[in-house]
Amino acid sequence: MSDYLQVDVGHTLGELSLRVSCALSAPWTVLFGPSGAGKTSLLRVIGGLTRPDRGRVVLHGRTLADTEKGAWVPPGQRAIGFVTQRPTLFPHINVTANVSFGLSGLDRRSCKERVGEMLELFHVGQLAKRMPGDLSGGEKQRVALARALAPGPRLLLLDEPFTGMDADLKVSILQQLTKWLTEREVPALYVSHDVAEAFQTAADVVVIDHGQIQAHGPAREVLASRREQLLRQLGEGTE
Amino acid sequence: MDQQAIFLTFRLATLTTLILLAISIPLGYWLAYSGARWKALVEAAVALPLVLPPTVLGFYLLVLMAPRTAPGRAVSAIFGHPLAFSFAGLVVGSVLFSLPFAVQPVTAGFRSIDREILEAAELLSHDRGRILVRVLLPLVRPFLLTAAVLAFTHTVGEFGVVLMIGGNIPGVTRTLSISIYDQVQDFAYAQANHTALLLLGLSFLALLIIYGRRGRAGV
Repeated sequence: MSDYLQVDVGHTLGELSLRVSCALSAPWTVLFGPSGAGKTSLLRVIGGLTRPDRGRVVLHGRTLADTEKGAWVPPGQRAIGFVTQRPTLFPHINVTANVSFGLSGLDRRSCKERVGEMLELFHVGQLAKRMPGDLSGGEKQRVALARALAPGPRLLLLDEPFTGMDADLKVSILQQLTKWLTEREVPALYVSHDVAEAFQTAADVVVIDHGQIQAHGPAREVLASRREQLLRQLGEGTE
Repeated sequence: MDQQAIFLTFRLATLTTLILLAISIPLGYWLAYSGARWKALVEAAVALPLVLPPTVLGFYLLVLMAPRTAPGRAVSAIFGHPLAFSFAGLVVGSVLFSLPFAVQPVTAGFRSIDREILEAAELLSHDRGRILVRVLLPLVRPFLLTAAVLAFTHTVGEFGVVLMIGGNIPGVTRTLSISIYDQVQDFAYAQANHTALLLLGLSFLALLIIYGRRGRAGV
């Protein structure tokens, strides 16, 4: 896969000064870094939830943001799925309505099929009629994943979406997710604190700290060369 | 009891409430989410009727509606007649006077929505109308009810603005509060008492609806 995402942005938010310049090409990239390093801020800039002070974001050759040219594509037109650590389902509508929310332009039958497919992918088909308030944290998170994938995004952003999920379930969900993404050639950028998980799943790793990229490359190379430093940083970040 | 005044008052309050709901949704949305620097100016202007004596608002509205003034002539051209001392003029005055009672609850409703829910909707759809209708409005529904109840009852009870811009024309501008004033002037205390009791009961019922809903919601 050639570079699908080019990011060259600067953004200041409180004490964090984000200065990131990188091009991503791997289908599954893990974003590492201690708490407050700028991981979430970077995902928000890519997703269009935060307007960067300067710079540009290009996805699959399409400019999503360019402060010099005044270009700005709103989040809903970026075809980017974004799942955060805290699942934010719409509390007043059921699971089916949540997952179908992003499916504009589909007829009712296609919409129903797509929702069913997504819910089955994450083993929550039986929850279709339930309200978000009646779901456990893990169930909510799986519905949030189904909702993010349903419109067929061209990039998936995952901000620690498996935190607190049962380990076996997490492995199972990750397998289903990576299979689905691989079949459709949809890349993912995944924030995680789990070093072992990065070894298992990531093609590439981006290490970020103090708003800047410290290392970027194939997972084994980056983690082998910076193992001690990473473990120390992650230990400090989770204390 | 003055049946004509009851009908007129409820007609005025219903129209005013509907107009205020239509205004307060976009205005409340803008006040809740806009980052405009002059937002405070708009907020202050919306809240002005809360602190302004009704006679002051009524006086300036009367000046604006008078056929001798340029704005009055423009308004007369639009409505086909001068607004002062007419039912349409009362509606305009009531909308302005009750504006904060509708806009502030709706703004608070939009502000109460979790920012991440709004962002999730924005990521899934670029259609602002769809987000408003399917996500935001259902979530602010209790606040819309509060706005409607407050706007309605406040309009029913208004006196100063009505008297200034509407006068006291039976069947046209004489509302219940003006009717009570007339009855007291005529020493018809029994009649005044009946009308006042109606307004008292209505106001209490409105507050009961609001606090009852808050109690059920555990707020």
